[in-house]
Amino acid sequence: MLAYLVKRVFQAIAVMFAISLVSFAIQDNLGDPLRELVGQSVSEEVRQELRDELGLNDSFVVQYLRFAGNALQGDLGTSYFFKEPALDVILKKLPATLELVLGATVIIIGLSVPLGVYTAIKPNTILSRLIMGVSIVGISVPVFLTAILMIFLFSVELRMFPSYGRGDVVHLFGYWSTNFLTWDGWLHILLPSVALASIMLPLFVRLIRAEMMETLQSEYVKYARAKGIRPRRIYFVHALKNTLLPVITVGGVQIGTMVAYTILTETVFQWPGMGFMFLEAVNRVDTPLIVAYLIVVGFIFVVTNTIVDLIYGLVNPTVNLARMGA
Amino acid sequence: MSLLSVRDLTVKFAMRDNTVTALNQISFDLGKGERLGIVGESGAGKSITGFSLMNLISKPGFIDNGKILFEGQDIVQMSDADLRTIRGNRMAMIFQDPMVTLNPVLTIGQQMVETLQAHRDLTRQDAEKIAVMKLREVYIPSPEDRLNQYPHELSGGMRQRIIIAIALLLDPQLIIADEPTTALDVTIQADIMELLLELCQSNNVGLILITHDLGVVSQMTERTLVMYAGRIIEAGRTREIINDPQHPYTQGLINALPQQTLPGHRLKQIPGNMPSLANVPPGCPFSPRCDYAVDLCRTTLPKIVSYGQVEVACHEVERLHADDAAQEQSA
Repeated sequence: MLAYLVKRVFQAIAVMFAISLVSFAIQDNLGDPLRELVGQSVSEEVRQELRDELGLNDSFVVQYLRFAGNALQGDLGTSYFFKEPALDVILKKLPATLELVLGATVIIIGLSVPLGVYTAIKPNTILSRLIMGVSIVGISVPVFLTAILMIFLFSVELRMFPSYGRGDVVHLFGYWSTNFLTWDGWLHILLPSVALASIMLPLFVRLIRAEMMETLQSEYVKYARAKGIRPRRIYFVHALKNTLLPVITVGGVQIGTMVAYTILTETVFQWPGMGFMFLEAVNRVDTPLIVAYLIVVGFIFVVTNTIVDLIYGLVNPTVNLARMGA
Repeated sequence: MSLLSVRDLTVKFAMRDNTVTALNQISFDLGKGERLGIVGESGAGKSITGFSLMNLISKPGFIDNGKILFEGQDIVQMSDADLRTIRGNRMAMIFQDPMVTLNPVLTIGQQMVETLQAHRDLTRQDAEKIAVMKLREVYIPSPEDRLNQYPHELSGGMRQRIIIAIALLLDPQLIIADEPTTALDVTIQADIMELLLELCQSNNVGLILITHDLGVVSQMTERTLVMYAGRIIEAGRTREIINDPQHPYTQGLINALPQQTLPGHRLKQIPGNMPSLANVPPGCPFSPRCDYAVDLCRTTLPKIVSYGQVEVACHEVERLHADDAAQEQSA
């Protein structure tokens, strides 16, 4: 177990190195940051001085090593726009994004398992066909369109939910702000969470359904029937447990992808999270902030995947974590 | 009253545009504690017979007609809830491949305890005690430790022993074993068969052994059914079927055994293949491969006729018996 953990941590470090290299390489291709930093009236000599001061004239390797050295000490550069450490800017926005992802994840897990199992057990009922039909629509329609349609319907026409922002948030432990402690917060997070879930949920329903149907054909399910086990136990213990093994693997990757999808959702709902911030940073050519965002998202991705792999090892008895380290 | 009495069992499969008859009017009886072998080539309908006895045919198959009386109750007409009280309890089944029969994510203990609890009102501790006892009966070393192990930690032979132990958990009247050793190493096959025979004899459990191995049938069973293309073509005492097969197909099966061939000679196989069930020839289904086939065989299906101890469905056998009878009369 420990050996496996160590191995995974080394893999994660290698992945983070690659991510940092790629993210950092982007900054050379985003145009001249000086144009955004200073007005048109500044002379070329002053611009050169500023470039020297910011280290923009050094070679790529020198710039990268300086960046990586600082990053290891928790310094991902200073945002040109906010004039604050980029990491601080991102961490301030992080709770909003993570709560949004959490809301969407709860919706996805809570609905995909029952819907997937139901459509697998009773594939020919009208309700099953309806679920499968709607799921195709859900996968096909892009998130930003779903989000705009939801705002139109629930905020503009029905006036049930607010259309933008986080509403009343409660600050916890000094650095975390949460939506989940006020009624207003709940009202604000519902639509964005549903919009964010709208692509992953159908995907998971279809995945669980397909895996479950395959599992129901297996010999061990037939054997369980031959032993006289009740259908409910066959479905939810014998079949579902085997169904969820591949779903966990896919799910881990998708949680990371969902963090990326927040860019669209947050922009439509003016959600003050990392995704919205990233889009603004791109518009302002705030390169240190862009690079820092990519690294933080990459880090979240790597951490969730590592955790999911460990969970998979705990759920699947045939994976021996102790032996995999060797 | 016999333990099991099957009458005119017909099983069909609903295909896209037609139905295929997989079992055609199968009838046989099984007494309490009696051991019956069902032999035939792949696709003859042996396994389907086994699964229909538990009413466990998976779609698109269905029991079209017939009766399966088990302890006087008709399995075919039974509700799902009533079937559940029989499956695994009065009638147990041993599947073909132990590598895929046990659920990979549940421990041996969980899979044994759930079977006991499905049929008896037992606490987990009591159920585990019975499980350990049964594991000991099938010679599993350190049975207490096995309860916490997962199937993948055990060898194929060990798993099949566990499946036999699960079959015996609730002291059933009948065990259906569907080629229980085909997936195992040859060296283990004999052990498993011996164990199965010993347990059936000592507990007076009826056994239906589905196999293509005539050697196994001769050692294990008292009576034998020979199946071909979804029908029973010969039935009788195992010893007589092995020593004096009547139907040309049974004769072919026995001649094809390696023991029947001198070293250095080719094995005497039956020419041709069994017809696909979707495309059974008219008349006797074996006629295209049969050395004795005459025109009658290609047009008319032979009925299964009883000649003393054996029942055979063959025009040629019928003719020989008629000749014998005529000679006796004239003598």
